[in-house]
Amino acid sequence: MTPAPDNTAPADNDNDKQPLLSVRDLVQEFVVREAGGARGGVVQALSSVSFDIMPGETLGIVGETGSGKSTLARAVLQAPRPKSGSVVFRGKELTRLHGRSLVAARRDMQFVWQDPFGSLDPKWQIRSIVEEPLAAHHVGSSSSRRKRAEELLDLVGLDPARYAKRHPRELSGGQAQRVAIARAVALEPSLLICDEAVSSLDVLIQAQVLNLFERLRRELGLSYLFIAHDLALVKQVSDRVAVMYLGKFCEVGPGESVYKHPLHPYTKALLDSIPSTEPGAARGATTLRGEPPSPINPPSGCRFRTRCPRAVEKCAAEVPKPRELGPGHLVACHFPLTEEPPAGSAGSVPSQTAVPSVPSTAEVQG
Amino acid sequence: MTDALLEVEDLRVAFAAGGREVRAVDGISYKVDPGRTLAIIGESGSGKTVGCRAIMGLLPTGTEISGSARLRGTELIGLSDSQLRKHRGSDMAMVFQDPARSLNPTMRVGKQITEAIRTHRKVSKKDARDQAVELLRLVRIPAPERRFNEYPHQLSGGMRQRVVIAMALACRPRLLIADEATTALDVTTQAQIMELLLELQQELDMALIFISHDLGLAASYADEVVVMYAGKIVEQAPAKRLFGASGTVKMRYTRALLDAIPHLERPAHTELPVVSGRPPDTSMLLAGCSFAPRCPSAADDCTAKAPALTEHAPGHRWACWHPCENGGAA
Repeated sequence: MTPAPDNTAPADNDNDKQPLLSVRDLVQEFVVREAGGARGGVVQALSSVSFDIMPGETLGIVGETGSGKSTLARAVLQAPRPKSGSVVFRGKELTRLHGRSLVAARRDMQFVWQDPFGSLDPKWQIRSIVEEPLAAHHVGSSSSRRKRAEELLDLVGLDPARYAKRHPRELSGGQAQRVAIARAVALEPSLLICDEAVSSLDVLIQAQVLNLFERLRRELGLSYLFIAHDLALVKQVSDRVAVMYLGKFCEVGPGESVYKHPLHPYTKALLDSIPSTEPGAARGATTLRGEPPSPINPPSGCRFRTRCPRAVEKCAAEVPKPRELGPGHLVACHFPLTEEPPAGSAGSVPSQTAVPSVPSTAEVQG
Repeated sequence: MTDALLEVEDLRVAFAAGGREVRAVDGISYKVDPGRTLAIIGESGSGKTVGCRAIMGLLPTGTEISGSARLRGTELIGLSDSQLRKHRGSDMAMVFQDPARSLNPTMRVGKQITEAIRTHRKVSKKDARDQAVELLRLVRIPAPERRFNEYPHQLSGGMRQRVVIAMALACRPRLLIADEATTALDVTTQAQIMELLLELQQELDMALIFISHDLGLAASYADEVVVMYAGKIVEQAPAKRLFGASGTVKMRYTRALLDAIPHLERPAHTELPVVSGRPPDTSMLLAGCSFAPRCPSAADDCTAKAPALTEHAPGHRWACWHPCENGGAA
């Protein structure tokens, strides 16, 4: 939603740092066909989404099913191509690239999907799976590729002597996901897009894979676009967190700031829904009522207003523009959960009483 | 001895797989009192689902089941399918993880609920229809008369799970087993469904067993928690005793499960405490504690002899030779 949140933050050395990935006003729509192929409606999957990822930075994206998280990841990859908007990756405008030049540009941007067994060919040996991207991009000789595949398996914590010749079905979910990660980092990408990459794993295995992501970030300097529906998980790996609702970012900011001082009522509702390990803590907590409306006919104005406890007439009439209310912390809400000045003092407490704050300060260009 | 609704004693389930015997459930015992909530927690393959399916009589033929499971005094293990049918639905019901797979995609949801009612009770079609609409209202589905005529694909995941719960409640069971019923749902929907289950439990005075891999869910919603590992119960205690600031977790395994959950309080990019390895193959006999190969505090006696599940403190049972001190918090 916002142009370059980082550039609006304290301006120290922002000018000499180019974002690795810069997404502006990304729009994706899908036409729904009714019986007989008649045009039924248009799903507004992404509505003008903008963000930057700096080198070595992790941007986490959270949201409910149907909020457009995966569509966003795929639109960045140009598969399928977004309807409009721009995706600049390492200085190249991907939306204008075709054929080989697009393939070459994608080399530095790799994916890890949710279901490892769905993304690994069941008939291939593990080492061939890990080698494939190297072969596809003609890297090295066949023997050097084999050696590299073994190094990669070692990197993700799988003993090549034991696992190289196995098939995906002989692996557990966590091991298969490690193979998928080894394949994704084979070409030494600068950006790894993880779409619910640990969601299907058991909690102990999930922790192992999260630690692996963390190690790869340190050792290879990877950036991540980390998509998940689990807020605590996203917080764990992310520098900045964006909260998505019905195809739009409603809040973006540094992880700590978003979780400690959520500004958007939706973010607060998501936080309140997390089961806590305090006995009985979640009982009686205000859970969000209802379900997200259809993205075919999203509500006018603020898209969250139909479920928002603070919604008033203005919310239906006017689309809230993203505003910066703390350092790098932007919210698209007419009545955010704070009245603190944008200086964002650490003591700013999310006010429970629905006192609409005056839309102050720092209107960033939306 | 109070009158427990469900008493499970030394339940064992074994499959033959690839010429080997897999002991999926290896002697578990627990009780559920009327109106109470029990959470059964464990990783994939720990036997949590198989144990409950054995009670429901939902395992394939050729499965060896032994031990005892008494529901309101009636022994369920060893009953024929037609005998079990009398208990399923009216005494106990089960809700599964994927609501889409529990519903017939070609049938309107109302018809499916009506069918469930008429299978168990002799009522007229019209009465069954009225009851079905009432059930949809009970599970807080807005505009139940309209939803009655919709197909499963027209409903969201949360709505479908509500329909499945409505079907399970058709004959007002005394015990509802929810097997990862909220795992496939969003966090907001998960909270809604859990709240719904607890409200229904109060309204209908039902006992609830929920099976999950999520200790957070157990801490938030359960009265009693059972932790399973490799077919055995390794720790069992009231949720209040296990969790929270003064929690007293005794098993390293339970501690590991708790520590591996990402917390909002944990700073970003910090290493999560992990245990290496993965659960053992239950077709192989291990002499000692089944968690010993992965346990950070395993000693010689752990691999020599398996610790028995013993009640060491009132209501708190654990199976460990070297239990955690001070709840094992790092």
